[in-house]
Amino acid sequence: MASFLEKKKTAAQIVANARGEEKVSAQELLAGVFDDFLELHGDRLSADDAAIIGGVAHFEGKPVTVILTNKGKSAQERLRTHFGCPEPAGYRKSLRLIKQAEKFKRPVVTFINTAGAYPGQSAEENGQGEAIARNLLEISSVKVPVIAVIYGEGGSGGALALACGDSVWMFENSMYSVLSPEGFAAILWKDSSRADEAAEVMQLTPEKLLQQKVIDGIIPESRSHKRLFRAVKKVLQQELEKYQKLSASALVEKRQQRFQRF
Amino acid sequence: MQLFNELKTLGHKHIKADKKANERVPSGIWLACPKCHQSFYHKDLGLYQVCPNCEYGFRITARERLAWLVDKFDEEDAELKTSDPLKFPNYAQKLDKARQNTGLNDSVLTGTAQIAEQTFALGIMDPDFIMGSMGTVTGEKITRLFKRATRKNLPVVIFTASGGARMQEGIFSLMQMAKISQAVQEHSQAGLLYITVLTDPTTGGVTASFAMQGDLILAEPRALVGFAGKRVIEQTTHQKVPNELQDAETVLDHGFIDAIIPRKEMKEKLAWLLKLHNEGNGVNG
Repeated sequence: MASFLEKKKTAAQIVANARGEEKVSAQELLAGVFDDFLELHGDRLSADDAAIIGGVAHFEGKPVTVILTNKGKSAQERLRTHFGCPEPAGYRKSLRLIKQAEKFKRPVVTFINTAGAYPGQSAEENGQGEAIARNLLEISSVKVPVIAVIYGEGGSGGALALACGDSVWMFENSMYSVLSPEGFAAILWKDSSRADEAAEVMQLTPEKLLQQKVIDGIIPESRSHKRLFRAVKKVLQQELEKYQKLSASALVEKRQQRFQRF
Repeated sequence: MQLFNELKTLGHKHIKADKKANERVPSGIWLACPKCHQSFYHKDLGLYQVCPNCEYGFRITARERLAWLVDKFDEEDAELKTSDPLKFPNYAQKLDKARQNTGLNDSVLTGTAQIAEQTFALGIMDPDFIMGSMGTVTGEKITRLFKRATRKNLPVVIFTASGGARMQEGIFSLMQMAKISQAVQEHSQAGLLYITVLTDPTTGGVTASFAMQGDLILAEPRALVGFAGKRVIEQTTHQKVPNELQDAETVLDHGFIDAIIPRKEMKEKLAWLLKLHNEGNGVNG
């Protein structure tokens, strides 16, 4: 983890840091960035998924809806959250809270750190594909700003389902990709041990993604959480102000242009 | 023990004999259904290429499907080709081969079609084009299909078949899910009909976007429909997954598919559905 604060990092080092123990947790982000918070549970259909935390909070004195993927700190919590891989109920809960935010005209901030949507039998039975598809469909026309911050892993459709809004930022030590480097190497080269090589080819680092305009900016990390939270707050303030100024139709129009260029 | 060894030798002899027999029979005369494992004479596949026993629809190219599905078809955006955004090693050769196999420049065929005088926008994905994976051109063609349909007030029908994202196009492949979803939403908000037909296999990022966004979601019998691959699920959960977990019939039982329609009835049923939605009922103007 010596590379955490180094300026020049290889893609493989960034992947290791994104997954590393030093990574700030969802709970720490909530406490550090927001004035207060009440967690709102459940998808109103069948379940409450611990891998996604959602609720209402104040940010710099103004109401916001906050949604975070949660890897958990203790072993028990990690099992409960499948190491931060949401079930369909998690995506349904997040969509419920985003629609609620739209009703009450408050912006949405999402924090993402997930290897991807949970690949399990129950997830398949409960319509993992449908849950993500509905998020993508509905969020595309939501009339309030949706600002996303990828703070660790941004894995595939499971991350995109919470990062398909107006603006996407990444922590310096985070990754965003179509698949894990291990999975990528396994599929293309039938050899998951070539993950480091895959990480390089995949262009999953914040710097590369910013060049390609997949993301809008990079948030520097530091060992001091205080400094990190200050950096996050600065970005949120700036982005919320920028997107809250727009009319609902201009906001949706701009969001569409954002993805149409790919 | 001696008996056991003799049995082992016997076993080997049998395998050898089988191999030779196989060589004498030209391949492709007898086929086995990958779903119900019944063997049958190749001509029994018929025009629709379905298993005569369980009605499973064999994987066919987009142009093969088009041949029996529509009365009229004007192809659009046929010339679009990927820019290979990651400059991925050996990708160009892979594309060349796929183009030769399918007569397409990427994994979906799009255009304006007609069945029984019903005009609609049609997309057919091709499982023979790098496993129907979704690249930037796949996403662009489907997005344009929806935008055109919205402008012209037409319903959209898409036959999905995909292994998921196109690895060689990395994050740009992922972005197509969001791009297409926006175009689907615009089309939907204009009050227009969107039908998806899930064919074997429909998985990954295609399932997690436009395949599951239809007003009506149909499927072919025994088509594999799912999000994560079976192997990935088993490796992650360390549990054996039942074979039929991702059969269209199971997915229907869980409430995610409207109806399963055998291939030979598809054209007629689609025409009927398109017409029904075209009729309106006059309620509330």
